[in-house]
Amino acid sequence: MTFWRDLKFFVGDAALVASKDLRIEWRARSAFGQSWPFAALVLVLFGFAFDANRPTLELATPGLLAMTMLFVAVVTVQRSVAVESADGARRMLLLSGMAPAAAFAGKSAAVAVQLLIVLVLLIPGVAVLYGASVESVPLVAATGVAAALGLATAGSLLGAVVAGVRTQQAVLSVLLLPVSAPVLVAASRAFGDGFGTVAVNGWSWVGLLLAFAAVNAALGASVYGALLEET
Amino acid sequence: MTSESADAEVAEPRITGYLGGPARISTRFTFWLGVSTLIGFAAVAALGLLAAPADDVQGDAVRIIFVHVPSALGAYAAFAVTAAGSLMWLWRRSLWWDTAAHAAAEVGVLLCGLTLVTGMLWGRPTWGTYWEWGDVRLVTTLILFLVMVGYLSVRALGGDSASVATRAAVVGLIGAVNIPIVNRSVTWWANRTLHQESSLTDGKLEDLTLFTLVLAFVVCAMAILWMMIHRFRVGWLERQISDRDLSEALRARRAEVRQ
Repeated sequence: MTFWRDLKFFVGDAALVASKDLRIEWRARSAFGQSWPFAALVLVLFGFAFDANRPTLELATPGLLAMTMLFVAVVTVQRSVAVESADGARRMLLLSGMAPAAAFAGKSAAVAVQLLIVLVLLIPGVAVLYGASVESVPLVAATGVAAALGLATAGSLLGAVVAGVRTQQAVLSVLLLPVSAPVLVAASRAFGDGFGTVAVNGWSWVGLLLAFAAVNAALGASVYGALLEET
Repeated sequence: MTSESADAEVAEPRITGYLGGPARISTRFTFWLGVSTLIGFAAVAALGLLAAPADDVQGDAVRIIFVHVPSALGAYAAFAVTAAGSLMWLWRRSLWWDTAAHAAAEVGVLLCGLTLVTGMLWGRPTWGTYWEWGDVRLVTTLILFLVMVGYLSVRALGGDSASVATRAAVVGLIGAVNIPIVNRSVTWWANRTLHQESSLTDGKLEDLTLFTLVLAFVVCAMAILWMMIHRFRVGWLERQISDRDLSEALRARRAEVRQ
């Protein structure tokens, strides 16, 4: 019984933090002003970079989609850290008595939701701009969810590492981009199968994405309290 | 609280001996370890360049194995120490382990960089290219290198030592997750690599080549130990000097207030 009660509190606290972060983002309209235009810009710039060669772009769509998600994740996590750093919010979070693991889960969930919204907007974007077409909707959806979870957990963990540092934006990029390389590789392969551009078993790559998210979630849940207290 | 008792609280920290950490950088042991390492390097160079036979397929290019493989394994070992030190900092708040983790990370980044450079130099005559994106071990080693460079960036962020240690420890543990991926990548993605299976276990090496390679491992381990001990001692003394500077500043400020 204690386990279920603890789990109920954990989920409740995580939902509270996630809804708080999402409400702040909604009221600040930061997605309209930052994440979405940034994602659209990256898609367009990739088009220029590939010399507007449509067959090449169509073939490269899975990798470009994963890359765009990664870049948007950096921007979204930076914003998430900034929200928590302002007005001593981290200290208040610590004093709230909430389990740090629940706070970490909530912040990760909020970032994951924002990344998924961007992905939902990106897919019509690559269909129109690159001429890509989805062959397996369940696989693309599962890849998107797994990649968003992986990026969100790694990003929230590293966001807490650099919180309160003057150069946090630059350092976050230096840390998050290489750490997220497995997501980039696995998501590119799984999206490739979903878009029908490469003949691989996309579901096994989704498994790798979920394993990456699970490792980062476990690590984040274990150390988030120490990071809140000491950084 | 009287000013005398306050002075007593910020008494000058003593540069302590081995129980409280090292008192100096060099000792008789590290001196002889360094000398032995240099002799070992000379022996490996002589055996590897002059005595060991060239490979039937790769020719003289195979001699890079005596630097490339020991430095790769040395980098993994150093990063494993970083992970262990990071874990001990988070678990026990042990400054000793945190300093050891930092020392091991610096040595590991050096060796990992050497592994990448020697790998590229070996790849050119063997594979016909310095860099092959399709090779999983090459790419994962580069990622490991970049993550650990990120660890050193976090170390350089500044702030109080506990905060820096906690931030770095988390990055050190994330980097450790990459070690088994890099090491096993050749097996897991057998169709996505140009790297061969383990040279030591496949039994295809000539006796003298095998002997030289094992000697190179031993000498590389000695070099790592020498570098880590010295870097650890420098780090430990840096901490003590930093604490002493703070104590002296506090004492000077209190003396000003008293006048």
